[in-house]
Amino acid sequence: MLDGIFTGLSTAIMPFNLMMVVVGCFAGTFIGMLPGLGPISAVALMIPITYGLDPSSGIILMAGVYYGAVFGGSTSSILINAPGCASTVVTAFDGYPLAQKNQAGKALALAAYSSFTGGTIGALALLFAAPALAKVSLSFQSTDYFALMVLGLTAVAAFSGKGQVIKALIMTVFGLMIATVGTDTTSGATRFTFGSLDLIDGISFLLLAMATFALTEVVMTVLKGEHREEEEQVDMSKLGSMKLSKEEIKEVAPTIARSSVFGFLVGVLPGAGATIASFLAYGLERNLASVKEKLKFGKGALRGLAAPESANNAASTGSFVPLLTLGIPGSGTTAIMLGALIAYGIQPGPRLFLDNPDVFWSVIISMYFGNLVLLILNLPLIPYISKLLLIPRPILIPMILFFSITGVYLVSFNTFDIHMMVVITVIAIFLKLLQFPMAPMLLGYILGGLMETNLSRALVISDGSLAFLWERPLTLAIISIALIVLVVPPALELLRNRKNARGPEVAVNEGEG
Amino acid sequence: MLFKTANKKTLMAAMLTTCLTAGASFHVAAMESIHFLIPGGAGGGWDGTARGTGEALSKAGLVDGISYENMSGGGGGKAIASLVEMADQKHDTLMVNSTPIVIRSLSKVFPQSFRDLTPIAATIGDFGAFVVRKDSKYNSFKHVVAEFNDNPRAIKIGGGSARGSMDHLVAAMAFKASGGDARQVRYVAYDAGGKAMAGLLSGETTILSTGFSEALALAESGEVRILVMTGEERNEAAPDVPTLKELGYDASFVNWRGFFAAPGISDEVKAEFVSTLEQMYDTEAWETVRARNGWVEIFTPDEQFVAFLEQQEKEVGALMRELGFLK
Repeated sequence: MLDGIFTGLSTAIMPFNLMMVVVGCFAGTFIGMLPGLGPISAVALMIPITYGLDPSSGIILMAGVYYGAVFGGSTSSILINAPGCASTVVTAFDGYPLAQKNQAGKALALAAYSSFTGGTIGALALLFAAPALAKVSLSFQSTDYFALMVLGLTAVAAFSGKGQVIKALIMTVFGLMIATVGTDTTSGATRFTFGSLDLIDGISFLLLAMATFALTEVVMTVLKGEHREEEEQVDMSKLGSMKLSKEEIKEVAPTIARSSVFGFLVGVLPGAGATIASFLAYGLERNLASVKEKLKFGKGALRGLAAPESANNAASTGSFVPLLTLGIPGSGTTAIMLGALIAYGIQPGPRLFLDNPDVFWSVIISMYFGNLVLLILNLPLIPYISKLLLIPRPILIPMILFFSITGVYLVSFNTFDIHMMVVITVIAIFLKLLQFPMAPMLLGYILGGLMETNLSRALVISDGSLAFLWERPLTLAIISIALIVLVVPPALELLRNRKNARGPEVAVNEGEG
Repeated sequence: MLFKTANKKTLMAAMLTTCLTAGASFHVAAMESIHFLIPGGAGGGWDGTARGTGEALSKAGLVDGISYENMSGGGGGKAIASLVEMADQKHDTLMVNSTPIVIRSLSKVFPQSFRDLTPIAATIGDFGAFVVRKDSKYNSFKHVVAEFNDNPRAIKIGGGSARGSMDHLVAAMAFKASGGDARQVRYVAYDAGGKAMAGLLSGETTILSTGFSEALALAESGEVRILVMTGEERNEAAPDVPTLKELGYDASFVNWRGFFAAPGISDEVKAEFVSTLEQMYDTEAWETVRARNGWVEIFTPDEQFVAFLEQQEKEVGALMRELGFLK
């Protein structure tokens, strides 16, 4: 194995391959920054280019583009609330509020540090544990995925402000309902399509996120219009410092470490991936926070930004475990890369690191360089990138509209999606005016949808018996954690409330959740 | 059962007729332009087929101008509708499609069928295959069938597409041919091939119904074994893998990929499309693309293609009716 690593290292540091890393990272970051255009489009764009390269260089380039796009996606999430790709939707939850508080520079820097750490920890884990982790990833069955999604959904509270629990729940159910539109794989039946061809494939997550975040935000800005003029002046003058204070570093360091490891593990699962990882990490972080800190989530909490950013980068690195060691793609992006590998005549699988050690190890080692490159590339650029906010609104707003809509269109090539975006935006504005939070809907959509398909699959396999909930140890363990998360904090709060007699609803309590 | 590989005689005949109909222009000019209509997004199977074919045609100098258009929606229905509605302006358009066009028009996903278009040719194909984990107790498909006939609920068949779509139908077809009840097949649907494979390796499904070329790649990685495939005869890529027919089950299946032109194009234009595609097979450019993708050639042009589609529609329809997907 050590031999292999050295072969890989010598391949990875060949000047041409180093250049591929830089080119890949740069192209990826740039494409990722454009709202809606994510890693899938970025990697697909690279396919024709890689035909002329040898396998290592080609895959190094594609991998660079992939994690570059995940890295870059956070930028537009933070600056304009328009997620660059699905896995950076969560980044907008706390990143955009930070930018609104004139801390765009800090938010971008934190995102860069978190991404770097997540990606690097991921690459190291890949280097040392890929074959072993492959086995772990295969021990997950549908029932375990179901349990994992239930655990994720317990984070609903995490997405709701004070006194908004009911509204958050309503929105989660709303998201669940949207997830049921389209063809149900288990029965093959189409649901809620009203006979429309365009709804057969369901409503895409990216479309939903773009409509409810980017478009809604833009339209609201226009609607509020004039009296925001003054605020705008303030926005323009202060981009904020990029520096994090010592306390802030102390605050986010454990978060980043936790989320990186957690994100990597979720990314390793073929049925999950970077988007799921970012949602789960955000929920986990919120559940771990103290009551006081919980209230900051969604309003520009540093931890709420660091968690999904570390997790999504670690997860996209993690998704190389099933890809390289088993030949199983966990996402659309890795499926394209699998196609590219096979086109080279290279079969990913348990024997890849024996048969093609140069490819296997050089790709992994290049990821380490890649993350370094991304950090070096991005940090100095932050002041320039955040100048984007200096663009006068009459120009910026149409630009955001243009990129958001073309971004969604370029994924599906279906004009119906644009109409759909408009309809959803109108609904979202209405709901927003009534102070319904949007994030729980996205959570319900993405986790709820997966929860449903995995449950129905598990039921088909078990012949309709729910016994797997307590008979499979892994499922039972995850479900138990979910129950604890769900029951313990309110119980503690209830106890405390009783002790304190009747105070105003506690905002200052210090209990751990 | 669903498809018979064109034998040499019919191929020769087809070549002769196309040569004759294409007439004098045959060896002279390249086609002016082909516009490929792809009913799905970038990076999918249809996309790869159209772009690979386009690349070969253009590099071989058979067609001067090649363009592509992705139009997803409605499982391909959107593209079909557009091709039919704007047929007058789409004389140079070739839409790529595959077996699902038959399945989806039967299940009324979209109102049109291949009859509303001008079938040009099936160009490449892939067989179905059944795969088990390398440490599975099943050593042959016969063994699985015996167990299935004993207790159908014990065999869980995974596949990377919804219930009622191709992977499910191929499994139902195989078990029906082996004397079992197709309705008893317990099909576990995953939303992508990779996830279905992960399900098989995790042990929650017994066998995986998938495409032969994908199965080959998976088997090469050493994690799985291919029990059987659905070709008419064994394939040179894996000579050890028996066919269903060899085992005594009268069933075969090929998932073709091919091209359709707009309805109402003239016979000359149709012949030009057919001959252009046919000439492609002998070019080096095509061989490069084909080898890169591991495609199997199954050139079935024009009337043969129509006859094949009708046959497939009949068989798939009967199967779907039996399974309760059609009334």
